[in-house]
Amino acid sequence: MTSRVGFFTDTTLCIGCKACEVACKEWNHVPDDGLNFLGRSYDNTGELNADTWRHVAFIEQPALAPATGIKWLMSSDVCKHCTRAACLDVCPTGSLFRTEFGTVVVQEDICNGCGYCIPACPYGVIAKREPDGRVWKCTLCYDRLKGGMTPACAQACPTESIQFGPLDVLRGRAAERVSELHGQGVTEARLYGDDPNDGVEGAGAFFLLLDEPEVYGLPPDPVASTHRLSSMWRTAGTAGAAFALGLAAAFVGRRS
Amino acid sequence: MGTSFGRGGATTFQQDLANSDCIIIQGSNMAECHPVGFQWVMEAKARGAKIIHVDPRFTRTGAVADLHVPLRAGSDIAFLGGIVNYILEHGREFREYVVPYTNASSVVGESFRDTEDLDGFFSGWNAEDGYYEADTWQFEGNEVERDADNPKEVAVGEAHGHGSKLSGGRAPITDPTLEHPRCVFQILKRHYARYTPEMVEEVCGVPRDLFVEVAETLCQNSGRERTSAFCYAVGWTQHTVGVQYIRTAAIIQLLLGNIGRPGGGILALRGHASIQGSTDIPTLYNVLPGYMPMAHVEQNETLEQYLEMNGSPSGFWGHLPAYFVSLLKAWWGDAATSDNDFCFDWLPRISGDHSAYQTALDMLDGKVKGYFVVGENPAVGSSHSGLHRKALANLEWLVVRDFVEIESASFWYDAPEIETGELRTADIGTEVFLLPAAAHTEKDGTFTNTQRLLQWHHKAVEPIGDQRSELWFYYHLGRIIREKLAGSTDPRDASILSLTWEYPTEGPHDDPRADAVLAEINGFDAEGKPLSAYTEMKGDGSTRGGCWIYTGCYAGGVNQTARRKSGKDQDWVAAEWAWAWPANRRIIYNRASADPDGQPWSERKKYVWWDEAQGKWTGYDVPDFTPDMRPDYVPPPDAKAEMALRGDEPFVLQGDGRGWLYVPAGLLDGPLPTHYEPHESPFTNPLYSQNASPLRQRFARGANPYNPSAPDPGADAYPYVFTTYRLTEHHTAGGMSRHLPYLSELQPEFFCEVSPELADERGLEHGGWATIVTSRAAIEARVLVTERIVPLTVQGRTVHQVGLPYHWGTKGLSTGDSANDLLPLALDPNVHIQEAKASSCDIRPGRRPRGRERAELVESYPSVEKGREQ
Amino acid sequence: MGDHGGRGWRWPVLRQVTGPDRLGLGSAAQSPASADLVPRTATADKVVKSICPYCAVGCGQNVFVRDGRITQIEGDPDSPISRGRLCPKGSATKQLVTNASRQIKVRYRRPHGTEWEDLALDEAMDMIAERVIATRRETWEDRDSKGRVLHRCMGIGSLGGATLDNEENYLMKKLYTALGAIQIENQARI
Repeated sequence: MTSRVGFFTDTTLCIGCKACEVACKEWNHVPDDGLNFLGRSYDNTGELNADTWRHVAFIEQPALAPATGIKWLMSSDVCKHCTRAACLDVCPTGSLFRTEFGTVVVQEDICNGCGYCIPACPYGVIAKREPDGRVWKCTLCYDRLKGGMTPACAQACPTESIQFGPLDVLRGRAAERVSELHGQGVTEARLYGDDPNDGVEGAGAFFLLLDEPEVYGLPPDPVASTHRLSSMWRTAGTAGAAFALGLAAAFVGRRS
Repeated sequence: MGTSFGRGGATTFQQDLANSDCIIIQGSNMAECHPVGFQWVMEAKARGAKIIHVDPRFTRTGAVADLHVPLRAGSDIAFLGGIVNYILEHGREFREYVVPYTNASSVVGESFRDTEDLDGFFSGWNAEDGYYEADTWQFEGNEVERDADNPKEVAVGEAHGHGSKLSGGRAPITDPTLEHPRCVFQILKRHYARYTPEMVEEVCGVPRDLFVEVAETLCQNSGRERTSAFCYAVGWTQHTVGVQYIRTAAIIQLLLGNIGRPGGGILALRGHASIQGSTDIPTLYNVLPGYMPMAHVEQNETLEQYLEMNGSPSGFWGHLPAYFVSLLKAWWGDAATSDNDFCFDWLPRISGDHSAYQTALDMLDGKVKGYFVVGENPAVGSSHSGLHRKALANLEWLVVRDFVEIESASFWYDAPEIETGELRTADIGTEVFLLPAAAHTEKDGTFTNTQRLLQWHHKAVEPIGDQRSELWFYYHLGRIIREKLAGSTDPRDASILSLTWEYPTEGPHDDPRADAVLAEINGFDAEGKPLSAYTEMKGDGSTRGGCWIYTGCYAGGVNQTARRKSGKDQDWVAAEWAWAWPANRRIIYNRASADPDGQPWSERKKYVWWDEAQGKWTGYDVPDFTPDMRPDYVPPPDAKAEMALRGDEPFVLQGDGRGWLYVPAGLLDGPLPTHYEPHESPFTNPLYSQNASPLRQRFARGANPYNPSAPDPGADAYPYVFTTYRLTEHHTAGGMSRHLPYLSELQPEFFCEVSPELADERGLEHGGWATIVTSRAAIEARVLVTERIVPLTVQGRTVHQVGLPYHWGTKGLSTGDSANDLLPLALDPNVHIQEAKASSCDIRPGRRPRGRERAELVESYPSVEKGREQ
Repeated sequence: MGDHGGRGWRWPVLRQVTGPDRLGLGSAAQSPASADLVPRTATADKVVKSICPYCAVGCGQNVFVRDGRITQIEGDPDSPISRGRLCPKGSATKQLVTNASRQIKVRYRRPHGTEWEDLALDEAMDMIAERVIATRRETWEDRDSKGRVLHRCMGIGSLGGATLDNEENYLMKKLYTALGAIQIENQARI
């Protein structure tokens, strides 16, 4: 496996332009998500789902004292590509898999639309596309990664709010950015999803936020439904290996 | 920009914003309208610069700025004038820059009277005909050259892109101590003395402390070691005093020494891919390529008169004959000879305002019978769009060229006026040709971006079906017309039959080669070799070239605009990426980045300097100066053109080589910017008893009613201020965005933005509908109640502002009423740009009436139809 | 046998039990399509350098073409202005130029007509040229009342240019001026 890659979305740099949403759709041929005036500030796509793989949230709130006026928070949300990815764990078909880049991808040539992954995701990211029937979500531009390219959203982002790279590099950079902001008096700056000890064992796409996660529509303490099943899966792995020996022998036998 | 500095273009380039210590974005919503350019603002911010956004609305730009300052739409001159006053009051000007590089020391004649003396008028006001005689605005000892038959036309206007030629603009008397009571510096001081923080608060609704914070931040970040930049867009230009808005910023930047220096400047942010290009090579009625004026029937009867009137004894306009004759030679080739004044009489003459709005009225009157609409959508995009739709319906023939069926093509069956009964399809006699256009990926050519940069785009694929480029369309239209007229002996046909119109063609559709056209624009010498600089042009007919300021873009026979050396492999100026006019300079007037002796003002702000050892100017950019003119050069009395300027006069297009704080000629509405209320305003002017600009251009006719303004009766029917604007997710009148699913879903409906307080006052429900009314139209919009819109206190009372994005119309995936339907035709007299950014309105809860009742609602509101036609 | 064996090696269960991915969540689960995946930019016949057609920032664009069709448009990292980035409009450029709502054929509406009609492009060009010549004749002004040269026609106007190329604006201004048409305007004033 090459080094694990991911996104660091620094929301302090986001100007809410939604280039990420469009660039994602253009590259991945994601259909439009319906023309619905939602009245949620400038957000009219609403949430991440099968037809929206990047979603920019807009939050209007009073400025923090002593400042007056208003703050307008913007944040581009995306699939977290969890270390402990419940969607992947529960997928019975092997459609969801972890790529050589450490990302979590739905393989549309395998997905049968069973939908087990949908309730498993603690972020509500993965969803079914009708009438297609299969589930869809951010692939972190798996094909682009294979070609050595940057994912479309990060490539387009005008202000480098969406940063792409090796996860360890991004985590280091994010920590520095938080210290820098704290030094500037932006004490509300905090990271979300960067902690390997959290309920998803650290996200591959993490964020620098200026308020509590729930303000942005993010679960404050996401837990993969399969988080505590890891020991069980280790057992399964051992059993699988034993089964494999017999199976391999069968194949060898058939080859002749 | 042209009148203040000499050229009608941004003084700097976007990447250079990263070097700014303070950036004031005003009259622009840069993060939303120019997001990718905005990365350089974010870069500056990351380097510690202060970012200030002054705007009626808290936008996505305000969200990431260090400071957002809400002000009443239409009050920017009071705000900026307040900054001028703050600078002068506290002695914060960069005096070592101001004295040699601006006209601060120039002494104005005794008869000049300021608006402070005459309660809102400058001297020279001709009340009977409603115009200024500029005689008294001149410098002491300067003669005014004015055509006695046509006094109104003495000023040539900002759109020409260069200042007045009056005696070269040079003042015979100067006072470098700046103490002379009639020197520009002292006049400026008096003119703005009442623009105090208290007055700013009164006019703009900006608390005085907040205003002082802006002024102080700007001053602290200007000088030898630091520079500040201004970014503006149509939030400044689209006013009845739009040119004067930009002039006020120019005054600030000259006083603070921020022009011609890295991190400084004024960046005009333009909204179409080549709007700068379409001004440089103008599809505009009053200019020829390179900002040379169109010939005027009264002033330019002969070539000699034209050159005399528009040339200048000093500065680079001293070579006008070379630029102009080269253009005539490019167009009429061998037919243009010195014996026939190079076909000067084949240039059609203008005789007044022939701008787009006047033309629409001429269409209504049946004078203009045929119309081409190419990549523009006046049925949605023009002020008082209903009037334009009616104008289109009164044509004999109309050609629309676009990607899709836009509203300007479909008006005859789906205009809102069809529903109200004002128009009937069967009554509309307009013959409409809708021709599909090729996209930029389907043709070669150059766009000129907002920083004067010509960038070549290569054709990627062939267009399909009947899709063709405009290059194809106009070339073949010209070819067919010439074939049909061939053999004609009618003198009027000679100008078309003798036109040089032979371009090589290629491909399955016989597309003319764009590079051949660009080569003609660049120009050729007598041997047919491409010119490398406009300084090689001659006035004797031996050279030809279609646009002198673009000369050099094809130097050496190489398409310089197609250069694409990666930015990663160059320094930050990136001089080998494409080609900028003039002469590939990225910051213009960059001589001013060095002190009068030619040395950088500071190491930190080093850019272009005099190299004594080499005997020439050098630096990071192409010096915007005569390359080997020493800093201590003093012109001999008989010197001409640029050689008549001193070695320490950086503004080489101006006749005096100086940046103009004060404009003695070239503008119709005054030598100094003055606050006037918008044409339609619920407020009176606290500074003068003259409320709106006396020179604003109005059109007196029933088809163009106006809202009454304070203090006139009926003004209270329109108690709110509205402003129109764009969103990131859409493009102008929607032809390139409302038809796309990916953009339409992001902003699917027309909406209005109002404060919670206004929503309470008028019973507007978030997510519901509101009807917005002016004396022209009633339109409906979804309601977005937001605290980003703040009620302001102006003249002791609360004013609510209504925000209206203007992208919508009847066609496409995302449809809605057009905000521009609400606007009046009231224009800046210098450039004929409409006031679209500040007007008055009423707002009511619920959807608008349908059919005839919609028109009746509008008619139930008061209106004035008087006004002065110009 | 080769085919059979190849399939066998790509069969997930076999890879799970023989490879490093014993949980079957990673490489063992990779489908053939996933394994063979390449970005479509890699299979382009050519990459054409272009400039975004929306606003005047002037972002660089790379246009990827395969079999004469545009397969992707994205930011050009070489551009010193945009550094490979694009806004939502710029990012939608492929949809702009390839979307099905684009007009392909000439549409014609006759005076007082109630429907669009078809018209061949050649015929349309000829008709437009005829209209220009006729209106020009009809509204021609040789000289004013004082005998001064006008050499113009006041019956033909034009609007647009800011979205077009410099070369196109140049031919427009040149042709219109030679025709004597002066009411030539663009978005700079709108």
